Amino acid sequence: MDAELLARIQFAANISFHILFPTITIALGWVLLYFRVQSNRTGDAGWMQAYRFWVKVFALSFGLGVVSGITMSFQFGTNWPGYMETVGNIAGPLLGYEVLTAFFLEAGFLGIMLFGATRVSTRVHTLATFLVAFGTTLSAFWIIVLNSWMHTPVGFEMRDGVAFATDWMAIIFNPSMPYRFVHTLIASGLTVSFLLAGISALRWLWKDKSLGIRKSLRTGVYLAAALIPVQILVGDLHGLNTLEYQPAKVAAMEANWETGGNVPLVLFAIPDETTRENKFEISIPNGASLILTHSAEGVIPGLNDFLTAEGVVLHPPVAPVFFGFRVMVGIGMLMLLVSYKVTLTLYRHGEPKRWEAMVLVGMTFSGWVATLAGWYVTEIGRQPWIVTGVLDTGSAAADHPVPILGLSLATYLIVYIGLLAAYIGTLWHMAKNAANSDEAKELDPGQFKGAVARALS
Amino acid sequence: MNIADYPFHDWLPMVFLGLMGLSALIYVVLDGFDLGVGLLSPCVDEHDRGLMIASIGPFWDANETWLVLAVGLLLVAFPVAHGAILSALYLPVLFMLVGLMLRGVAFEFRAKGPASQKRQWDRAFFAGSLMASLSQGYMLGKYIIGLQTGLYASLFALLVAVCITAAYGLVGACWLIAKTENDLQRRAVLWAKRLLAGTAVGMLAVSVATPWVSSRVFDAWFSFPNIIVLAPIPLASISLVLGLHYFLRFLPSATDDHRWVPFTLTVGLFLLAFSGLAYSFFPYVVPEQYTVWEAAAARESLGIILVGTLITLPMIVGYSIFAYRVFRGKATLLSYS
Repeated sequence: MDAELLARIQFAANISFHILFPTITIALGWVLLYFRVQSNRTGDAGWMQAYRFWVKVFALSFGLGVVSGITMSFQFGTNWPGYMETVGNIAGPLLGYEVLTAFFLEAGFLGIMLFGATRVSTRVHTLATFLVAFGTTLSAFWIIVLNSWMHTPVGFEMRDGVAFATDWMAIIFNPSMPYRFVHTLIASGLTVSFLLAGISALRWLWKDKSLGIRKSLRTGVYLAAALIPVQILVGDLHGLNTLEYQPAKVAAMEANWETGGNVPLVLFAIPDETTRENKFEISIPNGASLILTHSAEGVIPGLNDFLTAEGVVLHPPVAPVFFGFRVMVGIGMLMLLVSYKVTLTLYRHGEPKRWEAMVLVGMTFSGWVATLAGWYVTEIGRQPWIVTGVLDTGSAAADHPVPILGLSLATYLIVYIGLLAAYIGTLWHMAKNAANSDEAKELDPGQFKGAVARALS
Repeated sequence: MNIADYPFHDWLPMVFLGLMGLSALIYVVLDGFDLGVGLLSPCVDEHDRGLMIASIGPFWDANETWLVLAVGLLLVAFPVAHGAILSALYLPVLFMLVGLMLRGVAFEFRAKGPASQKRQWDRAFFAGSLMASLSQGYMLGKYIIGLQTGLYASLFALLVAVCITAAYGLVGACWLIAKTENDLQRRAVLWAKRLLAGTAVGMLAVSVATPWVSSRVFDAWFSFPNIIVLAPIPLASISLVLGLHYFLRFLPSATDDHRWVPFTLTVGLFLLAFSGLAYSFFPYVVPEQYTVWEAAAARESLGIILVGTLITLPMIVGYSIFAYRVFRGKATLLSYS
């Protein structure tokens, strides 16, 4: 394997591991604020039960996010010096603002949020919870600004091969940023709603009938049902934006080789880059043209347009983008079905059916899979560029010896797999503990009705 | 380059060098005591270990953020130096990051995982703290001798690694003197006494070795009149070491009035060591390779970051102090309710 590929795998491993945890903390921060505010407002013990369980999940996820995020701040210099040399004047201030305005804010108030409930007033504790949630979201904003700028770079000029900012507002509000930011935030919301629903359903199956579990389950399922249609709409708009600015990525997502109208929607295929055609294709006629241009004759760009006469490939690798997109959309559809089915049951009967609870448990980490698949689509879809049209990935990589890179990659993989196993194991253990606690004892029907009435009031 | 030739009118890179140095110093003090507590954590039983970890639990996230800021400022203000330094230190950086990861997650897993795994995470907490301390010291050592490679360079870096680890242990012990009571506090005093000796020997070794390996540093310190103007730095360091050594004999006191004195004196010692190093290397960001002006990013970009820094840094300092005040007093076992 060559050094560049190893460096790319290492970066992908680092960032894939890292994104799992911010994806949880961004939305979970706001959910905790909701629990906290509901508790202040209603005085219902269930909200505080839910808060106390999920704040631990938040702490655990935040800790993993911090340690994996620190690794990222070193990766740029150690493995991608060409990146900072070329676009450092733009990436630098954005990363700097992320640390100064967001990272410190969340870390600074985390201690008070986690351990300070008895040391400060309810108001200050609620404020600390808000600031942590706000900090995680602001952090995501700066990172998405920079990432989006790498996809759709504007507001700069090149002098002697180095990018210089000319218009910071254009850089921050670059063409793909609003779509990507909203899409990512909702993805975080969906990840958290299925995590809430999944772990609550698991505890439900373990006969945990506490007020806190009912509230977590409802919050998770209803939040998912509210967010998924919005996400499908935003995803569609994001796709149209990509069609305009990064046609090669859309061509790979659709596995469309020739530019033209009446392009079918490929449901399944094995894209073959050597023969430049799809094998085993199953497709809906005119589907892609209809979705992307709202007209059957609509012209969709083809991959063969991004192949120079000398045979240099200027489009992304097709298969990972094609399959990543289908995994993401497939999970999205599943989320839609499940959240609506369970919402209906909860609305009618107040509790989920056994098989529904089992499905929810199965989908606990579905948000992670969809988020990673989506990121792979967008990031691999940008290749061969690290900054579209400005810097190619190969030029940005450091030339470390292969054995050194292999050693660091192997170390990271071992640590990450170990930590991921420990994380999931600990969530399981926490759920089991909570399900066996006194809070989890079933309430008698009278108490339950009273609790529901209070929750609904 | 002679000092008269330095382009001081080009002030932005200097400001960023100062900010980066400040972040690094704050990191070394704040995460220094976190890591030091981690280093000392195997010396006590499970209950006291819980107290020791509780004394840093609410702070460690924010403390580690100063490392991100220091490295972030190096990245954004001196991108060439970031590449040069971190590429040369690739393996120790990896070693440190694995250490910081183990240390950081151990806080969570030991408290939330199954009881049967607690001992294992306690070991990870110690091992992570040790790996991070040693590798930070090793990197400092390599940096001091201009990122040279070879046996002598590595031996020197190993010496600095041991000294930094002792210094982190010292500041950790001094933190515990302030934050704990009774038997644990008495043991912290004992640890501080031993680690002070190690720290002092380490500082002496670095002070002798640095001018010895670099003629530029030698001239900067031992030419006239510098040697007289700079004499307060080593003299004050020696006084602080002796003062702390003497003071520790009277601790813990019955009234516990002076519990913060050892920590304050140790921070003073860190500050002096830092000033000495900063003076030795100025104006280089990468020793003997890039000066602060050569390594700096575009001045426009630096200006943009400076505006944000001047607005946010006072706020960061403000709410950090607030967070420390919320958890003032002796450490108690942490709870989420």
